[in-house]
Amino acid sequence: MTALTEKEIREIVLRALGNVAPEVELESLDPSKDLRDQIDIDSVDFLNFVIGLHKELGVDIPDSDVAKITTLNGCVGYLVSTVNRRE
Amino acid sequence: MGEFRMPSLGADMESGILVDWRIKPGDPVKRGDVVALVETEKGVIEVEIFESGVIESLVVQPGQKVPVGATLATIRTDGRPAETRPPVAAATTEQKPEVPPASAPVSTPPPPKSLRPRVSPLARKRADELGVDITTVTGTGEDGSITALDIERAAEQAKPSATAIPPATTKGLDLNAMRRVIAASMARSKREIPHYYLNSTIDMRCALDWLAAENAKRPVTKRLLYSALLIRAVALAIHEVPEVNGFWLEGGFKPGDGIHVGVAISLRQGGLVNPAIHDVDGKTLDELMENMLDLVNRARTGHLRSSELSDGTITVTNLGDQGVESVFGVIYPPQVALVGFGKIVERPWAVGGMLGVRPTIVASLAADHRVSDGHRGGRFLIAVNRLLQEPEKL
Repeated sequence: MTALTEKEIREIVLRALGNVAPEVELESLDPSKDLRDQIDIDSVDFLNFVIGLHKELGVDIPDSDVAKITTLNGCVGYLVSTVNRRE
Repeated sequence: MGEFRMPSLGADMESGILVDWRIKPGDPVKRGDVVALVETEKGVIEVEIFESGVIESLVVQPGQKVPVGATLATIRTDGRPAETRPPVAAATTEQKPEVPPASAPVSTPPPPKSLRPRVSPLARKRADELGVDITTVTGTGEDGSITALDIERAAEQAKPSATAIPPATTKGLDLNAMRRVIAASMARSKREIPHYYLNSTIDMRCALDWLAAENAKRPVTKRLLYSALLIRAVALAIHEVPEVNGFWLEGGFKPGDGIHVGVAISLRQGGLVNPAIHDVDGKTLDELMENMLDLVNRARTGHLRSSELSDGTITVTNLGDQGVESVFGVIYPPQVALVGFGKIVERPWAVGGMLGVRPTIVASLAADHRVSDGHRGGRFLIAVNRLLQEPEKL
């Protein structure tokens, strides 16, 4: 598997987010703000989101790293380093 | 022989619109199969069938709005043709007599007797409810007859504040209609149910420590949330105080036929659904977690099933994610209790004469005083607390 670009990972993140919050206009999200505040996501949604990322990317994000993926930019940055470090 | 009828998906549902069939005449079906999509105030619901057999005929066509209890299809269950029986009373107690016979789709007007436009019975009823003057409505039904949809359209257009109301339909969900249903249901609850309220602060350290250790061993797909522990604890506590689980119907308590926990899920578009997870007391934490993830996902995407909306025997609402510390619940009629949880807060906590800091949660019970008393409600919360101190047994 070739390394994924940041753009590809961002698309995957947005897709996973769209699956748990289909009614949200993803384009309107501020990438530097906490997703949970912006789209009123609860703990079950958030776990569904993390599971969605796992299914797409094969990453197992530990509970202790959850704080790193609460913004869109943070999440993409975390995944870029995690996914590509694994290659 | 049998009939598949428009189910009641909540105490205040009067009618639903058949959106689509998932079956056609001649198809074999078994109990529990999703056979139709029905639009209600709570969104589009996948409706399951309660009998096994072969579909004989589809009585109602997509787009038709029919009252609760109306025959939607007939089923051959033993090789003989289905018999048409008189309609059963709908689950709602306030069924209006002017609702048309169950087997008649509402858009079928009576034969014309004069040059006045024909008006279906349901349209007349809706016109009364919405204060619409029928003579001003243009019919779009067969031969210009006036349907309930025409009335609703006219009422919508007549609204003086139409510009002040944001577009209310989001992905098939009519938010104004949902608000009306919630309003009717909650007003009925506060009008009819003598609530009493109790709460108890629970030390969550054992539960959270166990959960953290457990999750460290698990892949992300098997991760547990503390809300699953809460729901399991509620279900098991019901074994000790069964009078919080069931319904107040026809002047008496009817115990639930199982422990089906309704989970309140607030929708981002506005409004609330509380689909049930069936038989929570017989499930493992893993099964419950799987059910919760699936249920919330389907609530968001509009794929809830009819049995989930009609079977809840108690409701749990966890408002911890919203940051509140405690909940004073309003019971969802005809249920008789609602259990609320606030957020986990670190509080000073005295144990064995020493003061420490513990993660705590406030569990509250709103219960129907016609069915149980504060003493029994208190026993229930004590049981929830005790069960959460032994999370490995949940």
